Amino acid sequence: MPHDHPHPHNRPLSDVELRVKALESILTEKELIDPEAIDLIVETYETKIGPRNGARVVARAWSDPAYKERLLSDATAAISELGFSGVQGEDMVVVENTDEVHNIVVCTLCSCYPWPTLGLPPVWYKAAPYRAKVVKDPRGVLEEFGVTLPEDTEIRVWDSNAELRYLVLPKRPDGTDGMTEEQLAELVTRDAMIGTDVLTAQ
Amino acid sequence: MKDQIKGSDLKRTPHLPHDEGGPVFNAPWEAKAFAMTVDLHKRGLFAWSEWCETLSEEIKSAQAAGDPDLGDTYYKHWLSALERMMTTKKVTDVQSLRAAKEDWRAADQHRGFGEAPVLVKGAARSEA
Repeated sequence: MPHDHPHPHNRPLSDVELRVKALESILTEKELIDPEAIDLIVETYETKIGPRNGARVVARAWSDPAYKERLLSDATAAISELGFSGVQGEDMVVVENTDEVHNIVVCTLCSCYPWPTLGLPPVWYKAAPYRAKVVKDPRGVLEEFGVTLPEDTEIRVWDSNAELRYLVLPKRPDGTDGMTEEQLAELVTRDAMIGTDVLTAQ
Repeated sequence: MKDQIKGSDLKRTPHLPHDEGGPVFNAPWEAKAFAMTVDLHKRGLFAWSEWCETLSEEIKSAQAAGDPDLGDTYYKHWLSALERMMTTKKVTDVQSLRAAKEDWRAADQHRGFGEAPVLVKGAARSEA
């Protein structure tokens, strides 16, 4: 706000803001939404749900072979064991990165994403260039993320949809043998669970 | 490996928009549009697969209309899809949405500095 302005003015609401308010007031009046529930959802996604949930799943799988087995055979159940489930993440499939295979996840149609484990998708995940290019040239996309894989590593691209959400189980970095589950979780990045990052012990 | 993803690298790849794990919503209205959709779904107004279809149709038609679709317009498509879903399901109609929007515009113009706008239904119509 410039100081030499004689009268302070509100910034007028933008067109989209007005449209959201219009929709909100109509839906509230019809009692189809509950403003308190709306605030709670916003707060939950902004502050409580994020890639940390996914990182805990990964760290558990690295530490507990029996859990890893359950995770790879029925990810939905194994993830809900840790208390994570929700509106969009009901049917989860976890794909494991190994020395031979690197997995990478996309949703070519829109931006289906495992919210309860990873929070909301990053901007690039929602963008057409990533959605289009990762299918045609996954190695090129990985290089843009600073990841170069050995020539003989097979890259598998998993296309999420309304029914199925994928989560990548990254390779446990070398030199992390003595680490606790908590310390391991700190190493896991969101991008690694999408497949656009490879982890190293810091 | 993570060290290699630096701002300078990202600037060299303009076609792949990136973030640094920043805020999940760029503006409060985006969060609200998102949350309304989740709440409506939880109350059973539509299946999530139905929502995904509506949203991906919206994104496709925006792309066809020339939107570079770099992720920054994502919630605009989201909002348009939600409006369409609500009119398709006859929860409301285009005229009601437009009238409510103009009422909010009037409320916005009449609010005191720093105050929240107060909706007066039909305000926009009586002014016109």
